[in-house]
Amino acid sequence: MSILSTKHFIGLEEATKKDIETLIDVGYMFKEVLDRPIKKVPSLTGINIANLFFENSTRTKLSFELAEKRLSADVINFSASSSSLNKGETFKDTVQNIHAMKIDGIVMRHPTPGSCLQLTKYVDSVIINAGDGSHEHPTQAMLDIMSLHEKFGSLSGLKVAIIGDILHSRVALSNIYGLNKMGAEVMLCGPAHLIPPFIEDLDVSVSHDLNEALDWADAINVLRIQRERMGIGLIPSVREYRKFFGITNKRLSALKNKIIVMHPGPMNRGVEIDSDVAEGDHAIILDQVLNGVAVRMSILYCLLGNEKDIKKNEKK
Amino acid sequence: MRKNKVLSGEWVLSNGKIYDPYQNKFLKGDLLINNGKIHKIGTINKKNINVIDCSGTIITSGFIDVRSHFRQPGSGYNETMKSGVMAAMAGGYTTVCVMSDTDKPLDSPESIKYIIDKSKELPISILPIGSLSVNHKGKELCEFGHMVQEGAVAFSDSEIPIRNSQFLRYALEYCNMYNIPIINYSKDIDMSHEGVVNESIISTQLGLKGLPDMSESTIVFRDLMIAEKTQGNIHIAMVSTKQSIDIIRGFQKKGVRVSAEATPHHIVFNENAVSHYNTNAKVYPPLRTEKNRKAIINAIKSKVISCIASDHSPHSSEDKEKDIKHAPFGTIGLESAFSASYTELIKNNLEVTDIIKLFTSGPKDAFHLNTELIKIGSNVSLTIIDPNKDWTFSESDIYSKSQNSLMLGMKFKGRVELTISGKNAFGYF
Repeated sequence: MSILSTKHFIGLEEATKKDIETLIDVGYMFKEVLDRPIKKVPSLTGINIANLFFENSTRTKLSFELAEKRLSADVINFSASSSSLNKGETFKDTVQNIHAMKIDGIVMRHPTPGSCLQLTKYVDSVIINAGDGSHEHPTQAMLDIMSLHEKFGSLSGLKVAIIGDILHSRVALSNIYGLNKMGAEVMLCGPAHLIPPFIEDLDVSVSHDLNEALDWADAINVLRIQRERMGIGLIPSVREYRKFFGITNKRLSALKNKIIVMHPGPMNRGVEIDSDVAEGDHAIILDQVLNGVAVRMSILYCLLGNEKDIKKNEKK
Repeated sequence: MRKNKVLSGEWVLSNGKIYDPYQNKFLKGDLLINNGKIHKIGTINKKNINVIDCSGTIITSGFIDVRSHFRQPGSGYNETMKSGVMAAMAGGYTTVCVMSDTDKPLDSPESIKYIIDKSKELPISILPIGSLSVNHKGKELCEFGHMVQEGAVAFSDSEIPIRNSQFLRYALEYCNMYNIPIINYSKDIDMSHEGVVNESIISTQLGLKGLPDMSESTIVFRDLMIAEKTQGNIHIAMVSTKQSIDIIRGFQKKGVRVSAEATPHHIVFNENAVSHYNTNAKVYPPLRTEKNRKAIINAIKSKVISCIASDHSPHSSEDKEKDIKHAPFGTIGLESAFSASYTELIKNNLEVTDIIKLFTSGPKDAFHLNTELIKIGSNVSLTIIDPNKDWTFSESDIYSKSQNSLMLGMKFKGRVELTISGKNAFGYF
């Protein structure tokens, strides 16, 4: 039983503001657990979770596995190379096979948008989206939002700029939905052809001028340049990109206000972000990683944990 | 339940309104058929003759579909000629033009003959649309002359568009000698790369690569420029955008020989149909915005679009259950084409006779076909429709071997009650 408004966690488009607030609150509770000498609680004892990764992932997969293990869930992992998926027919069969083994929760990453929603039609398990193509990556957005919440106390009126290749990003859309629901303002900044068509309809502003975005923002979320996703050379060169959209200390120190720098990783240092920025005092990139584990514990617990138990803990 | 019946001997179709779309007039009286021929139109003495009561219906010429896929030659898993014919007759069709499929292209006179020979065993006419190029590769022209002699009624590489403009020019020039149209899918291959749904806020929200309007309309413009120069005859399949319609209207005004068609699904649905990753709503061209859908209806009213094609595209449920990127494009359509189109168009103030023409004289003119007229001595090719019938389209209305219909569960007004081709009848008795 879930204390969230939805049974599954497919995207922040469906989530309510209250869901997001609950997940942050419970996230802080688990973050405290991660500071203990023994970083483990029995909250999901006896619960089976399958991590299905139909696409490469290091960080997200590690973060989920850690979150599951620290909640004492039983975990199985399945990875399929995306080449074996190209024919598309294995998906339903694979998933139904795994389901036949009575799995309580499925964490899935898949290269095709909509695949997590499709999965809900085939199985009864709780589905958590770990990234579906360039659709949503809601747990990443939750950790971004929790990190901003931790830093600023509230997201209301906060100005957040998302910078880079928005078109091929799954992080951007989830961030837009989540941030808007929490009352933050969102600006997207990137080369014109890497901004998704009609995105302004989602109540965001768009700029192609990095300096404008940096002047405006309280915090920025710098996206990775995903060269491998592009197929055709959409970015003329690394030096061209860095010159117009790279986050450098020189740019940050010229600003009136000190802004917060986030990055979902992995970083292309010297392309979208310089090393000294990533390691400097603007960045909260490593906090994001830790919050990632905490908020994923929160999501798993809220969807798969015992409801009475959750409510009791909430009161505390 | 619809039933098959062989109408041997004399039968009277009584009390229906007889509408001849080719002459655009209503004929008075009842219709007497005798062993597959029209015997008499007018007052008929019904004594000792089989009577089919057609009260409340319109008896009109058998429908023509300009583009269907019967997947033949092929394995027969998704469709066979026989199941396709059942689907067609359920939808009121007595003539179906079948497309060449890329895995088994109709790119030789022998393959055209194969379809024609198979068709002879079947109750309705199946007319093959031959391939434009050998193996749909866009490199070598097919033997148009020989294929026309065997019965090809148009040429098309189906879902593979001709990328090379010079090749299309040669094809149009060469095909001109035989006075049949060329159909080139209006799809810019590069701009459509990996596109799944209409490019709009919906594609952005779904995280799917979009197919922009201009990936269709730029090719429509190019093709019509070439048709104008070569005086060739082009049929634009599945018009889906206002941009394309505006271009086609302009070239029609200049006298270029271009006909255009719409599909029932583009008339009925807009892009919202795909918003929950519904793979049955994955069609090419994609379902577009409401503005484009309205433009299609207006183009039908103004006769820029003169026919409706079912674009019947059977796919197995296994294929359609793939994820949205890998599921194939297309929906079946023969069984529901008339009712879906009628339901929507009648709401938009089209007359029933105008809608019938989209299934009869429109296709006939576009493909320069010979058809059976409603006159004494003609072979029977009739469709009987009840324009006031309210019904829900369900799985039991599907006769295709595939169930991938976007129309399932739709409430329709107007139904094909009976289709008669020669002595063969299929429908409600």
